[in-house]
Amino acid sequence: MSAAPEWKNPVVRWIDHRLPVFTFTHHSLIDYPTPRNLNYWWNFGSLAGVVLVILIATGLFLAMHYNPNVDYAFDSVERIMRDVNYGWLMRYMHANGASMFFLVVYIHMFRALYYGSYRAPREVLWFIGLFIFLAMMATAFVGYTLPWGQMSFWGATVITNLFSVVPFFGDAIVQWLLGGFAVDNPTLNRFFAFHFLLPFVIFGLVFLHLWALHVHKSNNPLGVDIKTDGDTIPFHPYYTAKDAFGLGVFLIFYFAFAFFAPNYLGHPDNYIPANPLVTPPEIVPEWYFLPFYAILRAVPDNFIDIWGILPILVTAKTAGVILMFASIIVLFFLPWLDRSPVRSARFRPIYKQLYWLFLADCIVLGWVGANPPEGTMLVIGRIATLYYFVHLLVFMPLLSRYEKTRPLPDSISAAVTPQGSSQSAQAQGA
Amino acid sequence: MADTSTTTAEGHEHEEDRRDFLLTSTIVVGAAGVALTAWPFIDFMNPSADVLALASLEFDISTMEPGQAITVTWRNKPIFIRRRTAAEIDEAKKVPLSDLKDPQADADRVKEGKDEWLVMIGICTHLGCIPAGQKVTDSKGEFGGWFCPCHGSHYDTSGRIRKGPAPRNLEIPPYAFTNDTTVRIG
Repeated sequence: MSAAPEWKNPVVRWIDHRLPVFTFTHHSLIDYPTPRNLNYWWNFGSLAGVVLVILIATGLFLAMHYNPNVDYAFDSVERIMRDVNYGWLMRYMHANGASMFFLVVYIHMFRALYYGSYRAPREVLWFIGLFIFLAMMATAFVGYTLPWGQMSFWGATVITNLFSVVPFFGDAIVQWLLGGFAVDNPTLNRFFAFHFLLPFVIFGLVFLHLWALHVHKSNNPLGVDIKTDGDTIPFHPYYTAKDAFGLGVFLIFYFAFAFFAPNYLGHPDNYIPANPLVTPPEIVPEWYFLPFYAILRAVPDNFIDIWGILPILVTAKTAGVILMFASIIVLFFLPWLDRSPVRSARFRPIYKQLYWLFLADCIVLGWVGANPPEGTMLVIGRIATLYYFVHLLVFMPLLSRYEKTRPLPDSISAAVTPQGSSQSAQAQGA
Repeated sequence: MADTSTTTAEGHEHEEDRRDFLLTSTIVVGAAGVALTAWPFIDFMNPSADVLALASLEFDISTMEPGQAITVTWRNKPIFIRRRTAAEIDEAKKVPLSDLKDPQADADRVKEGKDEWLVMIGICTHLGCIPAGQKVTDSKGEFGGWFCPCHGSHYDTSGRIRKGPAPRNLEIPPYAFTNDTTVRIG
């Protein structure tokens, strides 16, 4: 939009001439051209960034009092809760912050699905987002081990054992991951090291994510490209104000949990110190992993009998693990599974309905994941797992071909202002 | 933007005031929020309740003989407790204050009526080493008190600096005699 500002402060000007951080910031945060029609679903990217910063800050401080040793870890967390000044606040901000991070990122991802934000030319942006999601899952998993409660211990045991399905080398890989024959002190030490490192990896990925975002700019609810200056408004003050308002609402929600229901999203068994000799009656992951947990457990035991192939390589356990990883890997192919000429679900009448079905399917998977895999629950889990893949692998390509989409507006401004149509009409030729 | 230009100059001014007010109040409330948020993080690094709980120590001195010294730990620091002999007390009392680098009467370094008992933080006021002089075999320096091996500070029988680089006398911790045989430090 506007050119680089003339910096009046001589110190700023001196630095900017040598390292244009001020000009860069101005272009990226102040006059960064943003589609004028973004709705509140576009708040969740910046919210995720804020939660990441809160998690890193509270995590850094928690690490000052946490002791990653099997003999002291549980007690050191209790000491943080009882003896350390504001330790309860720091820990509850961190634990609930993790839940909030996933919630915000899930909304962010489903927003991308609805408005086709993963489509060309934003595929790499989408990939980096998925890598952030994978890094988040790894971080959350190793972080959950640190309090060294029963769920920490048995969650770590179950998840590391997933790798035992690797043909021939499975057991060796599990031993290598654990640094022993079972989850023990070496495991806790390395999980702590990774839990400290990975958030900074995520932070770096966020910068790549923003870099990719700023190349082709934000998608928007209409899913049409930015064509003229009339389609955009400067990021500041319009979206800084909107993001700040959204942040205020979000923080109220977040701290309602941190202050008034800090353990609502947790599991009481994790207040029992880890006992390598007793498994809790029911192992349940944190809520944000439940849909994947349901997929993991969805494969029938008689899977091999039905298929009768490669019984060594593909047991029910193996198939469950493969499906679980596939459920995320398939998302990387989404930009090519969906080849519809239209991005936004607003102009895709059938996709719009299937989208809500898909969202409902994911919620059903989460609900199934929270319950023991027996009887009806197992059947529902299998159907929901099947639908998850059918939606992405079958419906998306079919829709791209056969769905009759609604006509798109000429431009963003044409859709939202009467005078905008004339501006965009000029751009049509180009 | 187009419709604001149609308002009168007066109306325009009024709108700017409202906007300025909102901006200023947002910044003020935001700054207050940041300050309130910062405090838990700062206080988090202060000594915790379990550390503060160890901040006082009771010690039974009934078994100590005259001339004996014992080192106890208080707040992870060595505390020198010395039951001084009559000769040591006399020596400490007769030193003129003008001879002292950090002038302080012996009476100001002990509890009233408890001249025998010298209770000090056993850390050299120069650079934090622990002076020798607690054990019978230790060098007690030129003044019969303590001698810091790091840079050669000599302390007298009242723990006052007499020679060497240390700037101040050995520090007296807060303490009290809870009865004739028990001293409470901290």
